[in-house]
Amino acid sequence: MPEPLLDVLDVSLSFRGLKALDALSFSVTRGEICALIGPNGAGKSSVLNILNGVYRADGGAIVFDGGRLGQIRPVTAARRGIGRTFQHAALFGGLSVRDNVLAGLSRKSRTTLLDDALGLPRARAETRGCLAAADEILGFLDLAPHRDRLVSTLPYGLQKRVDLGRALIAKPKLLLLDEPMAGMNGEEKRAMARFIRSARDTLGTTIVLIEHDIGVVLGLSDHVVVLDYGRKVGDGPPSQVRSDPAVIAAYLGKPQ
Amino acid sequence: MPPAAAALDGRALAATSTPAGSPIRAAGILAALAIAAVAVPVVADDYWYNAILIPFLIMALAGLGLNLTMGFAGQASLGTGAFMAVGAYATYNLLLRVPVLPLPFSLLGGGLIAGLVGLVVGLPSLRIRGFYLVAPTLAAQFLIAWTFNQVGWFSNYATSSAISAPHLALLGRDLSSPAGRYALTLASVVVVTAVAWRLVRSRTGRDWRAVRDGETAAAIIGVPVSRAKLSAFFVGAAVSGVAGALWAFAYLGTVDARSFDLDRSFQAMFIIIVGGLGSLSGSFLGAAFIVLTPILLSHLSGTILGTGLDGGQIANLQRVVFGALIIGFLIKEPNGLAALLGSLVDRLRRLAHRPDPLGED
Repeated sequence: MPEPLLDVLDVSLSFRGLKALDALSFSVTRGEICALIGPNGAGKSSVLNILNGVYRADGGAIVFDGGRLGQIRPVTAARRGIGRTFQHAALFGGLSVRDNVLAGLSRKSRTTLLDDALGLPRARAETRGCLAAADEILGFLDLAPHRDRLVSTLPYGLQKRVDLGRALIAKPKLLLLDEPMAGMNGEEKRAMARFIRSARDTLGTTIVLIEHDIGVVLGLSDHVVVLDYGRKVGDGPPSQVRSDPAVIAAYLGKPQ
Repeated sequence: MPPAAAALDGRALAATSTPAGSPIRAAGILAALAIAAVAVPVVADDYWYNAILIPFLIMALAGLGLNLTMGFAGQASLGTGAFMAVGAYATYNLLLRVPVLPLPFSLLGGGLIAGLVGLVVGLPSLRIRGFYLVAPTLAAQFLIAWTFNQVGWFSNYATSSAISAPHLALLGRDLSSPAGRYALTLASVVVVTAVAWRLVRSRTGRDWRAVRDGETAAAIIGVPVSRAKLSAFFVGAAVSGVAGALWAFAYLGTVDARSFDLDRSFQAMFIIIVGGLGSLSGSFLGAAFIVLTPILLSHLSGTILGTGLDGGQIANLQRVVFGALIIGFLIKEPNGLAALLGSLVDRLRRLAHRPDPLGED
């Protein structure tokens, strides 16, 4: 049995008494693509928000990369190697594509204000390294032709790809993707699925994603966790989950 | 291509041509520098120095400082006047109490002290977002002006609230003539602008703009948001502080807290709104506009009405014109004169590159 990168153990979350997650447990193996699926309001986004410190769980524990992930803030999560993308891309509209991607490296910067203001050797060396990393990621995601464009002028599908690049450049161990294909057409979805798979294959990134398009999910993921009303109703490889009666009931309702 | 699409496309192109620093831009900047440093001293008289060039350069620098804080990092501030005052009083005290320090170091020291004050004034930005941040900076504006008026030490216990600036000299050369004060101002503005130019292109500047465009997303992907906000306040206030010292020493010849009141803060804000938020050149365009418009208005009223208007009427007219223009800019071109100029240059370039008006390129 391969070693898990992430273990979610009995995690609960409630908003003013409304239970969003109820003793949820699942684990994610290193190097797998794990999909969280379930109807609206099942608690999928809450899981991502707990994992990178936006929400705080009321109970339970999370073990990530061999250590407890306590009550962390988003910055700490990023520093420990948890990257994420956003449902609505949430890019920096006034920055170029390359600058958006470079922002993903900011927390690794070691330059001081003085280095930056005077262009001292340390800042120059760091900038060279960052630009090389950005060009590599932009090439990897076929974004090189759009490198200097203002990101707000790009079509939506490309913006989602820039968002992916901004997360990937920091080489996260675990990458959380919040509906990476929402609002895309079929062709854009296939391209995004290809990029997600090759991020895993070439960079070794472990991925947890939320996606509503079940066809895409079953084709892309190695492992599917099904949520309904904050509880896990299915967990396993796509082929098994597809035929699980509890999963079908959650999506289609129970037969009378 | 329909005109609307062409305009949109032009704006996109204009925006993308800025970060790379095109050769045309570089040539334009070099030409402007050559004119300012070589041609101007040949032709300018004292009126040009005192009424136009020196105040234009200094207000451009003050606007630049606010632009770094507000235009690049998105942290609204009405404290520019106060930061200028700190720069002026700090430089005055350095010249007075540490006379061994050469003038450029006193100016730099004044700027750094203003920056530290800006850092403290910027602390509420860690908890307060957006427009509400105006309130603490406004409070700082009043508090700092009040302090300089009340605590005699800052003005070396001068009996009048306006104290005369010490003699300006560098390496034994007297800089108190209009041409000398212009040279000092120009040199300071060029150096500070060059540093600002480097900074906004560095990782620090990228963090500023990331925080401006999406603070929540920036925090989640690991951009050091607090560092970005505080460094933007520090650098912006330091730049405004140098501008304040120059205003006192190279322009007015006196250090007077009343010349750094709330009106000055608003003036800096008008400069960057009209000139262009988040654009270095916009600070200069906006300052040129703010300095030249009153002069133009008084000349126009002189030629149209024969007798001319008195100072008070011109000041009122100016307020009306500026108010209308600011509303106009905020609605029609939030990126200010800098964006207008950018799209104009772009359109000219396209015209030059497209011999067949119907051909698509």
